Amino acid sequence: MAINTGLAQLSEGLWTAATGTYMLAVVGYTGEYAFGRRGKVNSIAEKHAVADDVVRERSLVGAGATGSSAATPAADKPAADKAAADKPGWNVGAGVVQTRTARSEWWGRAAIALTILGGAFHLASVAIRGIAVDRVPWGNMYEFTLVVGLIATLAWLATLVRLPQLRYLGLFVMLPVLVVMFLAGTLYTKASKLVPALQSYWLAIHVSSVATATGILMTSSALTILFLVRSRYERLGAASGRRLSELGSRLPAAATLDKAAYRAAAFAFPIYTAGVIFGAIWAEAAWGRYWGWDPKETWAFIAWVLYAMYLHARATAGWKGNRAAFINLLGFGAMIFNFFVVNLVISGLHSYAGLN
Amino acid sequence: MAVRTGSDRNSTADSTAGSAARSTVGAISDVLRPILRRTWRRLISMRTALVLLFLLALASVPGSLLPQRPLNPSKVDAYLKTHGAWGTFLDRIGAFDVFGSVWFAAIYLLLFASLIGCLIPRISVYARALRTKPLKAPRHLSRLAENASFDVAIDAERVAELASCELKPRWRTAIRTEKDGPRGQAVTVSAEKGYSREAGNLLFHISLLFALILIAAGRLLSYQGSVVVTEGPGFCNVLPSYDSFHAGRGVNQGNLAQFCIDSLNSFAASYRADGTPSQFKADVTYSEGLNGPGRHDVITVNHPLRLKGDRVYLINHGFSPTVTIKRPGQAAFTDTQAFLPRDTFYTSEGVFKEQGSGQGNDLGLQGLFAPTPVDQGGGVITSASPQVNNPVLALLAFTGDTGLGQGLPQSVYSLDTSKMKQVAAKNLSVGQTMTLPDGTTVTFSGYKQWASLQVSHDPTQYFLLAAAICMVLGLLGSLVVRRRRLWLRISTGPSDSDSSDGKSTASPDSVRDGGSRTLIEVGGLARNDSGNFAGEFAAMLDRLRRSCAADEAALARPALGSPTPLDDADTVGAGYIERD
Ligand code: HEM
Repeated sequence: MAINTGLAQLSEGLWTAATGTYMLAVVGYTGEYAFGRRGKVNSIAEKHAVADDVVRERSLVGAGATGSSAATPAADKPAADKAAADKPGWNVGAGVVQTRTARSEWWGRAAIALTILGGAFHLASVAIRGIAVDRVPWGNMYEFTLVVGLIATLAWLATLVRLPQLRYLGLFVMLPVLVVMFLAGTLYTKASKLVPALQSYWLAIHVSSVATATGILMTSSALTILFLVRSRYERLGAASGRRLSELGSRLPAAATLDKAAYRAAAFAFPIYTAGVIFGAIWAEAAWGRYWGWDPKETWAFIAWVLYAMYLHARATAGWKGNRAAFINLLGFGAMIFNFFVVNLVISGLHSYAGLN
Repeated sequence: MAVRTGSDRNSTADSTAGSAARSTVGAISDVLRPILRRTWRRLISMRTALVLLFLLALASVPGSLLPQRPLNPSKVDAYLKTHGAWGTFLDRIGAFDVFGSVWFAAIYLLLFASLIGCLIPRISVYARALRTKPLKAPRHLSRLAENASFDVAIDAERVAELASCELKPRWRTAIRTEKDGPRGQAVTVSAEKGYSREAGNLLFHISLLFALILIAAGRLLSYQGSVVVTEGPGFCNVLPSYDSFHAGRGVNQGNLAQFCIDSLNSFAASYRADGTPSQFKADVTYSEGLNGPGRHDVITVNHPLRLKGDRVYLINHGFSPTVTIKRPGQAAFTDTQAFLPRDTFYTSEGVFKEQGSGQGNDLGLQGLFAPTPVDQGGGVITSASPQVNNPVLALLAFTGDTGLGQGLPQSVYSLDTSKMKQVAAKNLSVGQTMTLPDGTTVTFSGYKQWASLQVSHDPTQYFLLAAAICMVLGLLGSLVVRRRRLWLRISTGPSDSDSSDGKSTASPDSVRDGGSRTLIEVGGLARNDSGNFAGEFAAMLDRLRRSCAADEAALARPALGSPTPLDDADTVGAGYIERD
């Protein structure tokens, strides 16, 4: 079947629509974030809490691990507990402290609506590309990048269903997605059929699992960066630098961010492991050996070992916290290196880039 | 003083010397043993595992940035030429074969040892944990992350029974009676679930261990041979057939699996309208065993021919031009030679060598084949497409000594012209002929295609696949299963139990008539931070209260015979004490 150029163009138009909508969503998240700041919020330096007209959202579990819990006067507690008890399952994202104003609420809701709309455009763009070329829509770097961005958006929306109070972190999750959308634009490859080496159902299985893992690991590394900012703030307070402490003061407790980053990585790791194994099975069928230390394989191995190290570090005294966080970032660094540098600079057997 | 070994310790020659020696040996082993023990402890600690994992990742980096001999020896040679002493140094430390180097093996083996050392104690701890009951209830349940209490009007044993019924299928429970706990006499229920988390973790690490062993075994027992076959007769799986052959040390090279690719019937490459390839097909006839029946198969990229124990892959393809040569006074003959592609459009290079009747009378033809030729000016051709469209064979003819007469092995793709003289050059289309000064004619009479086939053998790979699947299953188990602990302390006495001094005199039987209530305290602990334990705990508590309430209702209305259906457990049930 020939390539349907009309549909391919529609898919490209939807990419533009999705990117534009995401930009607006990021504006919305920024608005929520900017207007969400009222009064002195959860600052260690102040050591007392705000009790004003803003809606106060706070949870119990795990907050004890952070300095911030000390900031809550005893009188405040029962009310907060009541609020927590009123909404079962609500106190999952332990230690989240954020003040909300009506205005920030409006911006936040608008941002979510835009994220959902953008996600729908995005999903349609990927699906229609697949129909246009009559194969799975992840046959080159452009398509892969688009899928990774889609997974990250969907993972974010899924997180919000369970942890709606994390919404105001949307800026930090959707900003990387926006970067990914632009990157996809620079990697653009015309809709085309696959070379024989890529004509295998393993393309569908191997690449989709790696893309899924990558999208989730990207979210994990974004949370890890926030964790590092926040944990610096919790250690140093205002001394952590004006900008950083400004940012740090409004983030959830470090323990919460650490846990969220870990959960994302722990969820992605088996998927990534399976993805590498699928790759090995495909390599056996295509090249006669399951593993040959091709640069692509080598970097997949490096990233896998680094993430295994991250999971270990989180269970090892003396390595928890910042050190583990750096390993997480190193792991994602290896994933990025494997995608950009190995695909575009170092040549190997993998005929994937679709560029040149 | 010499150190004696254990065997001469009991020497009776000189008792004082003997005891001195013994004490020396003892002293040394006293010194060594703790050092060894400490070294071993350190090796199997998580910290060492972390460092080794990091070293493993770090050591792999040069393997992707520097050219590697097993992948591309010619690139390594080029690197050595341009980098002088630095290159030689790198070569000496094994940087051009990272994954076969001593230091990579050292990291790998240390990690392997660490893994074994780490697993053995964990397996025995786990086995013991499976056989022991869940832990006793801690004194202060209200200090646990999740806790609650409520009271009911049924006796303590009954509550314990109901609770363990409620927990039964997924939790392991133990009911104990407590003589003087914080509430004096009480019944406690300890429950724990998520044992399969550790099982999953162990499965993952054990499978990883097996995977490492299988990979090492695979390197010993596997072989790989490749051969270029032009359409026509094939080859058999014996060492001399192969253009290149690599085998592990454990392979008996004289006794490879018996099979033959009897012939390459045809090779076909198809292309789309835009010139990109859509499919490569090698049509072969093969036979297994001695004189096995000839079978037919089509090998394509991603679809090897799978035989018992061996696989045959289509790796590459190209063109094999045919020339017809007629030397003066001799019969004409044809020769077909595989040419190697030089670019992605299959501009291909190769040679024809013909031994002449006397010394210095050899004929050598250097050729360039272009499937879709374009003249770059001055008769220099190159190909513009891998598809065949009026192909051209450009030939340089040499006479002289090819060196074939010396019987030394030569490359079939290159011609040593040092003892030869160029006598003619011409670009030929199919059917065209060139004539050399001595009257020899060379006709480009057509072309065939060749396929590069690779035979791979690795008896371990399916076992490795099984180990890999177990690894993923183990990971899923260990990352999805949640470990939780739950305790109930069920005591009788005044519900206002804060005044309790720890001794309660109420016997369980007095609960109903005395109007005193049974106090149930519940505490829960999440042993790993996945999932929403607060929610799980609340749901668990709710179920417990409902089942107590149902039981209570049944007891409260014995005359009615059967309990009324519960539409609202809370109105029937006991008061709920706010959790703190
Ligand atoms: C050979 C390289 C190794 C790899 C790739 C590896 C990989 C992993 C992974 C991915 C996990 C997280 C999944 C899970 O919780 O089950 C894990 C957990 C664990 N590993 Fe390893 N491991 C290796 C070696 C070791 C060694 C040598 C030790 C012993 C010192 C060890 C001890 C542990 C322990 C105790 C956990 C549980 C941590 C927790 O509770 O989260 N591992 N390992």
